Amino acid sequence: MTHGAAAHHDAVARAHRDEWARVVATLIRQTGDWTLAEDCAAEAFARAVERWPAEGVPRNPGAWLTTVARNLAIDRLRRRANEAAKVREAAALEEVEGGRNVGRRAGAPLPAPDGEPSETDTAFDRLGGESADGGVDDRLRLVFTCCHPALALEARVALTLRTLGGLTTAEIARAFLVPEPTMAQRIVRAKQRIRNAGIPYRVPDAAALPERLGGVLAVLYLVFNAGYSASGGDAERRGALADEAIRLARLVVRLMPEEREAASLLALMLLQDSRRRARVDAGGELVTLAAQDRTRWDAAEIASGLAILRSLERRPRGIRGPYRLQAEIAACHAAAPTADDTDFERIATLYDELAALDPSPVVALNRALAHGFAGRAKAGLDELDRLAASGALDRYHLLPAAQGELLARLGRADAAAARLRDALELAPSDAERRALRRRIDELGAAS
Amino acid sequence: MEYLLIVATDPDAEPFVPEEDNVGDWVDDLESRGIRIRGQRLRPPTDATLVRVRDGELLVTDGPFTESKEWMAGYDILEVESLDEAIEIASRHPMARFGRIELRPAWPMDVHEPGAERHARERAEETAALG
Repeated sequence: MTHGAAAHHDAVARAHRDEWARVVATLIRQTGDWTLAEDCAAEAFARAVERWPAEGVPRNPGAWLTTVARNLAIDRLRRRANEAAKVREAAALEEVEGGRNVGRRAGAPLPAPDGEPSETDTAFDRLGGESADGGVDDRLRLVFTCCHPALALEARVALTLRTLGGLTTAEIARAFLVPEPTMAQRIVRAKQRIRNAGIPYRVPDAAALPERLGGVLAVLYLVFNAGYSASGGDAERRGALADEAIRLARLVVRLMPEEREAASLLALMLLQDSRRRARVDAGGELVTLAAQDRTRWDAAEIASGLAILRSLERRPRGIRGPYRLQAEIAACHAAAPTADDTDFERIATLYDELAALDPSPVVALNRALAHGFAGRAKAGLDELDRLAASGALDRYHLLPAAQGELLARLGRADAAAARLRDALELAPSDAERRALRRRIDELGAAS
Repeated sequence: MEYLLIVATDPDAEPFVPEEDNVGDWVDDLESRGIRIRGQRLRPPTDATLVRVRDGELLVTDGPFTESKEWMAGYDILEVESLDEAIEIASRHPMARFGRIELRPAWPMDVHEPGAERHARERAEETAALG
């Protein structure tokens, strides 16, 4: 590739990253047809690859792409209308045996027999029409529709990555380790369900907004975690999902700058993602937070995450939500020069606050561990034992692993090793089993 | 869009409190806005009649009596803009708390289209959509 061609290739790639959602979101509003919108957007980007090298990159790539995609949509709708008209025409001709239909302009769509506007007519009417509620960014409509609670969670995730994120079906299928036809079918079914169930293409009203925004953020965090914690597969695949989740969270924050939980989620993702390179060693083994080489943490991501939290600190209004608290906890880790310098006292306080908002057993586990690490190993262990007795986390390997860590802190190496061996039985992946075995060996060596 | 709102009992719901059954307000609000086309409470399954034709023979029985504790207790037909509006309305029905509500979108069809043609057309559309 020549230097110029590479530059144009980059320009298209950048436009794809920055403009895909806008082009698709606008076309969906104008045509009401998700597949048409995606197909025409993809075709517009293909045209850009062909034409930008010769014609130069347009001053406003988004406007260029939207116009090209919109014209493609008009062509396709017109062709579709003509085909439908031909079918109706043939049927009409059969009935009237000529005569009454003469004089109609060739190729012009016939009205539908029942006089109702056909779907194609309505799509034409909407093309070029401005949105009914003026200033709303179409991408925000798309965000809320992709993450609608009436869609199955896995459909929400797939649709968000495909339609909003612009990932190909093949890329999404690879990321979630399912065959491509399965993923294609999942996406088609989700779009059918949007149409059939009557899921609207709009931002929910104020009364429903907090709950619905929570649903959007949950989908984005799920995508991030699928990338962050995926075991098996290559690091590149995992990284792509985490990158995509961060990109989409940035978009939501830009579109809804007043929503503090959205900004908090972005901070949380950045702070967790900053550890991505340090989480796995050269041999591909998982490295625990305490053992990570902190010089390998991404300083730029940490700085962005901390900056977001500082900006939230400047507008202290209302209670801190769960993403805010988790981001603050991640910030404590990020700020510690070594594991021993970690402010576990503050982390324990933040977990107290989080547990009050979210009474889930996993939060209770982390809260107990934080208190244990803050110098109250016995109290933490008692809390973990209560949690174990409740049965809420049966089969969850991190519960015996946490008990093992606190037992080790209390100097009870044998009991600690026994709990870690229980964790070994339950651990879901080879990488985690190997990490637990190494920890058991360490305890054996220390005792 | 037209939705059938199916009001059902649900053993996991909170116990019914007659004093809090404000279904009249709910109906008045919807009718004043022209949203509720019609609706009815239904007699329990013990009063149901089952009709079947098998091998050309008409079979009429009482029932069906299922073991299920979730049964249809009433219905409403709504004409609304979208699913979100239907959800908002369903959420205010007292039986959303004391039972549960299922929303089913109407699926309009041309009843005079010959059945075989409709079947073939819809099969072809489904195949085309799934690529």
